[in-house]
Amino acid sequence: MSVTDEAIAIAPRFAADELEAPPLTLRQLTWRRFRRHKMAMFGTMMLVLLIFYSFAGALFFTEDYANLTDTSLRLQPPSREHPFGTDTVGRDILARTIYGGQISLLIGLTAMLVEVIVGVLIGAIAGYYGGWLDALLMRFTEAVFVIPSIFLLIVMAKTFGTEIPDLSLLGRTFSGSVIVVVLIIGLTSWMYLARIVRAQFISLKEREFILAARATGTPAWQIIWGHILPNTMAPIIVSATLSIAAAILSESYISFLGMGVQPPTATWGNMLQTASSDFTKIQNAPWFWVFPGLLIVLTVLSINFVGDGLRDALDPRSRAA
Amino acid sequence: MDRTILLRVQDLRTRFHTPEGTIYAVNGISYKLGEGETLAVVGESGCGKSVSMMSILGLIPIPPGEIASGSALYQGRDLLQMTDAELEQVRGKEIAMIFQDPMTALNPVLTIGRQITEVLERHMGMNHQQAHLRAVELLEMVGIPSAAARLRDYPHQFSGGMRQRVMIAMALSCLPSILIADEPTTALDVTIQAQIVELVIRLREQVGLAMIWITHDLGVVAGLADRVNVMYAGFIVEEAPVDDLYDNPRHPYTLALLAALPRVDRRRDRRLKSIPGAPPNLLVEPHGCPFAPRCEFVIERCRAETPPLTPVAPGHQIACWVDIDTGAAR
Repeated sequence: MSVTDEAIAIAPRFAADELEAPPLTLRQLTWRRFRRHKMAMFGTMMLVLLIFYSFAGALFFTEDYANLTDTSLRLQPPSREHPFGTDTVGRDILARTIYGGQISLLIGLTAMLVEVIVGVLIGAIAGYYGGWLDALLMRFTEAVFVIPSIFLLIVMAKTFGTEIPDLSLLGRTFSGSVIVVVLIIGLTSWMYLARIVRAQFISLKEREFILAARATGTPAWQIIWGHILPNTMAPIIVSATLSIAAAILSESYISFLGMGVQPPTATWGNMLQTASSDFTKIQNAPWFWVFPGLLIVLTVLSINFVGDGLRDALDPRSRAA
Repeated sequence: MDRTILLRVQDLRTRFHTPEGTIYAVNGISYKLGEGETLAVVGESGCGKSVSMMSILGLIPIPPGEIASGSALYQGRDLLQMTDAELEQVRGKEIAMIFQDPMTALNPVLTIGRQITEVLERHMGMNHQQAHLRAVELLEMVGIPSAAARLRDYPHQFSGGMRQRVMIAMALSCLPSILIADEPTTALDVTIQAQIVELVIRLREQVGLAMIWITHDLGVVAGLADRVNVMYAGFIVEEAPVDDLYDNPRHPYTLALLAALPRVDRRRDRRLKSIPGAPPNLLVEPHGCPFAPRCEFVIERCRAETPPLTPVAPGHQIACWVDIDTGAAR
């Protein structure tokens, strides 16, 4: 049998195989593209480890231990008993990064939820209804935009910081200032998302499948949530991922300035703040700030990698299929 | 052949107020649709076919659109006076619509099953399971193989003809009494067109459906319609039973349209006749007969007065001042 004969004999079998392979759903395609994004996979693994660190670590140390002050152990460098050293009042930094991690990650996640809810709601309504409602909502968005958010954060933290009672969640008691921080971060960061969603809605509502949906008697709210919103999920997911990182950073800023979550509740941000309160400690006790700082950097970096990966994976025009 | 009238549209006028000026899209059209009847609406692109249908279903964006006058009586109720909530009960349930391009008329991120069951759950009060079973039946009815499995598929996994079948299944899901088909075969290739037309004819008999079939393809109309409305520049210029229209066209525009239609039984060396000139600018308020500038029979009166639809034979009306057999005024 010659080479060509063989090729001819094989060819139809190949064609048949290709046809029989079940077509991939959108989700499968997205997952396949995401998996091939090396940085994104690295970020995902990093994040899983960090979450494991913050939540499984709590099995080894109690929160009371993390908040236990022992002035005889002030500013101990890393040792066998205190692998990350101790702070100015003798608290174990390892235990505090574990409990602080829980708060920082939860703040990132919940602030993102606040941001997504507000941003999607305002963007969707403005984009779908248009007209004066759109004009009103977008002027409002711009108004919030022009307020320098770091000052707004500080003012709001100062004003409401002490008025919210503590709350219990996941078997822990959180300082009420956590909620304030989540709300103010969420409420000062929804504007970009609102604009993205609005732009998507404006273009999607003119598409024929929306006309077709209206022609079957679909009410407006169902068109907004059931028909247009699923088409805008890609930019929303990407933006939401990146905003988790931004929220963790914002929390560090305001905690760093001493107006975020109040001690003894630890967050990575307010640990940095205590470390930086005295310049000599920055020089002489590096373990004090290196560990929380490193964790913030790792978390934000990993989340940004995941966000990049999601953006590429969710883009249907992406080449890597 | 007197039928119960299902839909009676009177003096419908639709305009669009754009930055360039007012577009006079539909200029006082009246027609009726009987039970189980198929009415074809033909005319070239931009003559107001789709807009007139979307107007009666409240699918025109207002603003910039405006329904300047008219009524559309469906079962004694005026569709044009209904609130949005009332119209939502009519759309899809009583009057369904299918669109020109099945490639874009299905939501790309929702499964076919979800899109069909949603309609069933809303209008027929079915629970999810009932709707799912009914959706399988519907897909089988329109000839989609392994229907149950395909409900989980997304629109991009269907071919154009299959998607149009899905659209038809969706449109018929709530057993509407009227189906408005807006050029449903235009985006498909010829063999698929024939399949879709055949399918629609079969389903029409099964369900006892009245249809309005919008098209610019006079060839499709012949085998499908009972009656034909010929539209030009937002006017109905001729209304006739389908055979009468082909055998005995009375309006100069219809005559020109038919002359431009390729036919198997005509000598091949003769060139198809095109209509000289261009369709009128819809930004100018209509004055006189809209076809006058392109009409070979034009007389003085045509440019001054808009001709009303007047009967010339049983069931046959034209809007023209001239008798095309003699060239004299009627």
